[in-house]
Amino acid sequence: MSVELLTLAFERPPIDWHAFAPEITLLSVGALITLVDIVFLEKARPYTAALAGLGVLATLIPILTLALDGADRTMFGGAYVVDDFALVTKAIFLLSGYVVILLSTNYVAEGDYWENEYYGLLLASLMGMVMMASSRDLISIFVALELLSIPAYLMVAWRKSDLRSNESGLKYYLMGVFASAVMLYGMSLLFGVAGSTQLTHIAEALNGAGSSVSVITMGIVFIVAGFAFKVSAAPFHTWAPDVYVGAPTPVTAFLAVASKAAGFVALLQLVYVGFYMRPEVFEPLIWILAAVSMTVGNLIALRQTNLVRLMAYSGVAQTGFIIAPLAVAGHSGAIGDQALSATLTYLAVYAAMNLGAFAVIITLARRSGSAEIESFAGAFHYAPAMTVAMTIFFGSLAGIPPLGGWFAKFEVFRVLATAGEPWGYALAVVAAVNTVIALYYYAAVLLKMWAEDAPEGDHLPVPFTPSLTSALAICGGVTLLFGVVPQVVARFTHVSLLALGS
Amino acid sequence: MLLNQFLLLAAALFAIGVYGVLARRNGVLVLMSIELILNAVNINLVAFSAVRETVDGEIFALFIIAVAAAEVGVGLAMVLLLYRNRRSIDLTEIDLLRG
Repeated sequence: MSVELLTLAFERPPIDWHAFAPEITLLSVGALITLVDIVFLEKARPYTAALAGLGVLATLIPILTLALDGADRTMFGGAYVVDDFALVTKAIFLLSGYVVILLSTNYVAEGDYWENEYYGLLLASLMGMVMMASSRDLISIFVALELLSIPAYLMVAWRKSDLRSNESGLKYYLMGVFASAVMLYGMSLLFGVAGSTQLTHIAEALNGAGSSVSVITMGIVFIVAGFAFKVSAAPFHTWAPDVYVGAPTPVTAFLAVASKAAGFVALLQLVYVGFYMRPEVFEPLIWILAAVSMTVGNLIALRQTNLVRLMAYSGVAQTGFIIAPLAVAGHSGAIGDQALSATLTYLAVYAAMNLGAFAVIITLARRSGSAEIESFAGAFHYAPAMTVAMTIFFGSLAGIPPLGGWFAKFEVFRVLATAGEPWGYALAVVAAVNTVIALYYYAAVLLKMWAEDAPEGDHLPVPFTPSLTSALAICGGVTLLFGVVPQVVARFTHVSLLALGS
Repeated sequence: MLLNQFLLLAAALFAIGVYGVLARRNGVLVLMSIELILNAVNINLVAFSAVRETVDGEIFALFIIAVAAAEVGVGLAMVLLLYRNRRSIDLTEIDLLRG
């Protein structure tokens, strides 16, 4: 009887297999890697990285076919959406994931780590990010966030016998779990206001509910604070430098780019689909986060002696730039769309230039075994190509034309100015001052690499590896492309999330 | 319905949990404090769900319970790793990374 009732009541929701093809491909590759490891044991080790890389590239094929198809696909009553925004961000995640695999290839093989598990976890984390790009429901956002975070906790603590790696793993884990618990508390409050976990329903409820302003405010503040941890925005950035230094460097690159980008994507979806009708709540919040992140990140970065730690603080400052357009996003629908494409452009450029900088650091640190800025002195004498590459990436991070970072910063300034609000201009001034401060510490590192002599006159050339070189080529190409032909590339980031309109 | 009482209970649990995370020095106790916050969330969700007469909140709570189990699994492994290498899980003692 009860079984009959159950079968009657349960109707399988229609599943659009084409829309799920990227996720399914990624999942199959993850399973395949595990299977290959079980069957072939040690013999498979040299091929694991290549297999994982090919799998990530294969996942781009269904994304391409979905993009050519062009139709927006909605599943599970609006909880999972595949639209232009989702496709663009999925492509960003997968490409940065591919570059991280290239960066890991030699590092993981030479460090005698557990290779298969490493790539399996990396793919699982990527899977979470790919899911995050489509999640338009509190439950799917939460599950995607945990799916991308939990493997990352393990990867940070990957060097099991190294106390520094242990410490950074535990710090990252505790901070991450605490942040997601706080975020969940905010989500439970918003669920109480809306009576539904779907972002579109929450948007309607937020628009209508006049009496429960304090609950709504608390909910939004907790959720944004939770994601501010994930993207390491000040004052929630304190974990980042320690974790970045303690983790294996390719994992640091992964956290600094892909994991951070996933946090931004979730934040964008929440703000644009969920909170858009409450600009008076989220705009001041984002304004403070942006201004404090830029200033604190840059000022602390000035006195760093370790290059990875410097990258962590520079990442905090860049976070400020990436979220800055959101501080005026609620001004009008047109400004909102421009702010979204400015943020996405910055995110894509940031991924390329930051991964490129990490690729140079990993390559040069292979020789010296240290990430202290001193040990990069005189790099021009023994690795001129690397020095030129580093100049491109750091120049781009600082925002020097005609590199990609310049165009991204220009877009941010343009949005802040066109909004025509006093606080928009104020944030633009803060950003401009910070651009100048940032130039100083990027230039100081470059000056050391170009002008000084290598410590102890050591001029041995850097060992050449094909995977690191191709990672550098991809990142350098994208960084230059965004700077030289911005109009062509920026077409991809012109997407809209404002289904409800304003 | 007595919604307020449930919300107050959840808020109290949340506050105790946050205090525990910030003040406790023992790694396992910090993990337990985080569990307190998650349970506060679950109480909120179930109470709201009952008032709203939907099942969305209960489903969300089930997801949270399942994911929290996975999270604590990883967390305990991490604390165990730390104990093996240092013979202590006092969080104030792990300060190799600073600057």
